[in-house]
Amino acid sequence: MSDRLIYLDHAATTAVKPEVFEAMKPYFTELFGNPSSIYSLGRTAKKAISEAREKVAAALNADAKEIFFTGSGTEADNWAIKGVAYANRKKGKHIITTAIEHHAVLHTCEYLEKEGFEVTYLPVDENGLICTKRLEKAIRPDTILITIMLANNEIGTIQPIEEIGEIARQKGVIFHTDAVQAIGNVKIDVKSMNVDLLSLSAHKFYGPKGVGALYIRKGINITNLMHGGAQERKRRASTENVAGIVGLGKAIEIASNNIEQYNKKLLALSQKAIEEISEKIPYIKFNGHQKLRLPGTVNISFRFIEGESLLLMLDMKGILASSGSACTSGSLDPSHVLLAIGLPHEIAHGSLRISFGEESTEQDVSFLVEQLSLIVERLRGMSPLYEDFVKNEGRNLYV
Amino acid sequence: MYSDKVMDHFANPRNVGEIEGADGVGQVGNAKCGDIMKMYLKIEDGKITDAKFKTFGCGAAVATSSMATELIIGKTVDEAYKITNAAVAEALDGLPPAKMHCSNLAEEAIQAALEDYKLKNGLTDEADVCKKCCKRCEDVHDLIDEDM
Ligand SMILES: Cc1ncc(COP(=O)(O)O)c(C=O)c1O
Repeated sequence: MSDRLIYLDHAATTAVKPEVFEAMKPYFTELFGNPSSIYSLGRTAKKAISEAREKVAAALNADAKEIFFTGSGTEADNWAIKGVAYANRKKGKHIITTAIEHHAVLHTCEYLEKEGFEVTYLPVDENGLICTKRLEKAIRPDTILITIMLANNEIGTIQPIEEIGEIARQKGVIFHTDAVQAIGNVKIDVKSMNVDLLSLSAHKFYGPKGVGALYIRKGINITNLMHGGAQERKRRASTENVAGIVGLGKAIEIASNNIEQYNKKLLALSQKAIEEISEKIPYIKFNGHQKLRLPGTVNISFRFIEGESLLLMLDMKGILASSGSACTSGSLDPSHVLLAIGLPHEIAHGSLRISFGEESTEQDVSFLVEQLSLIVERLRGMSPLYEDFVKNEGRNLYV
Repeated sequence: MYSDKVMDHFANPRNVGEIEGADGVGQVGNAKCGDIMKMYLKIEDGKITDAKFKTFGCGAAVATSSMATELIIGKTVDEAYKITNAAVAEALDGLPPAKMHCSNLAEEAIQAALEDYKLKNGLTDEADVCKKCCKRCEDVHDLIDEDM
C-alpha cells in the first residue's frame, strides 16, 4: 500500500468542497427546522431552499419555478422518464433513447417496456455519437419522449444537444437530457438547447451525495413519482434534504462560474496523460470522441489484460480509478457503452477510466503513467493472450 | 471484498510463467468472457513436479490460478484430478459469490492440463478430452461467438 492517494475517479463522485460543507453545516444543527413549518425556524430553512433553487436556475438559464429537488440523479432520471411516459400515454407509447445511457435511464426504459411502452435504443458510432438523421427517422407519430444524455459517464462523449433539442421541438416531442456528468464541464442553457427536462446530481460537482434536481420546463406534462406532502410545489413529496439542497446550490454556483478555467485545467492534464501513455504503452486504444468529450475523462483499452486486475494493482500504488470490465460491472458482460462503440468483448474487458478533477496535478499524471506502464507490462507478462500474440507477431494486427 | 489470502496471491502470484517442453498443457476460458487460464505441468512418474500458469482475468482469476498451482505441485495425477473448485476457493479463505466461477476455471485448467498429459501418453482417447473444459462460457452466455 502506498501512503499517497491519487484520486482519479471524479466521474464516479467528488469530495464536497470545504466552502460547500461550510454552507451546509448550520442546516444540520441550529437551523434544523422543517421548511414546511410556519415559525421562523421553518421559514429560514424554506428561504435557504429557495436561494438554492435560484442558483440552480441561474446555472441552467431556467426559471426558479422550473427547478425541483430530488433525492439523486437517478431519481431525477426516473421521474423525467416515467413521469412523461405516464402523463402522455394517451398520446403515444414510444420513447427514444440511446444505447449508451446510464443505467438510471436504460433500466427505467426497460421497465417501461414491460409496462407496454416501446423503446428505440439509438446506436452510436465508434466515438460514441448518435446520428441526428437517424434520430429524426426514429421519431414516430406516437413518440412521446426523447431522452439522450448530454455527456457520457464512461467515455465522456458529448452529444449535439442543441441539434437534438431542435429536432425534438420541431416534431413536438418532449426532450429530456441526463446532464449529470456535464454540470461544471459544459455550459448549460436549457433555452438555447431546447431542453424540456434535465437531470443533475450534486455529488458529481463537489456537492453532497443523495441530492439532485430535475428541471421541468413550464407547461411540460408530467406525473409525480413521489406521493405525499405538498413539498416542491406539490410535485415531489417528502421533507426536503435542506442541508443537501443548500450544498447543491452552493456547489452548482461555484461550478458554473468556473467552467472555462476548470476545462482548461482538466484538458491540460488529460492531454498530458494521453500523450505520455501513448508514448510509453503499446497496444492501446483511447475510447470516446477526441474533441467532443468531457475535459477530464480519459478512457483507455489495454489489450491482453483485464480491467479489474489493473484497478487492483493501481490501488496497491494508491491510484484510484475505474473500469468497464465485466468483473467491475457486476455482470458477465463488459460495459454496455464500450460494446456500443464497437469494442470486441476482450478489448472492452481491458478498459480503464481515469477522470481528473479539482485536486489533480501534473505530478499525479506522471506518477500514473509511470505506474501504469509497469503494471500493464506485468499483467501482460502473465497473460496467455499476450503470449499468443507475441508468438504470432506480425499475423495479428491490432484493431 | 477479497480475503487477505486472495489479495496476497493476486499481488504476489506463485508459479507464473511457462514450462518449456511441458508434459501437459491446458487452456480454459474465453477472452470474450474476460478470463483465460493456461496451465503447464511437469509430470514425472505420475507425480506433478512443477506447475506454472498464465492468466488473463480479474483478481480472483489470478489468485485461484496461483493457489491451484500450489495445491497440485507434489500431488499424483490422480490426486490432482480430485482437486475441486471448492478446495481452491477454501484454500484462499473463500471468494465473493460473484467470483466463484473463477475457481471453476482453476479446476478446469488443472483437468485440461491433466487430460493433455494423458492424451500425450496414450492414457486416454481423444474423445474424452475437453469434455469439461471450454464449456464454461456457454453456461453464462447464450450466444458465444468464438471468432468475434
Ligand atoms: C450520467 C449519469 N446519470 C445518472 C447518474 C446517477 O446519479 P446519482 O448517483 O445521483 O443517482 C450518474 C452517476 O452515478 C451518471 O453518471
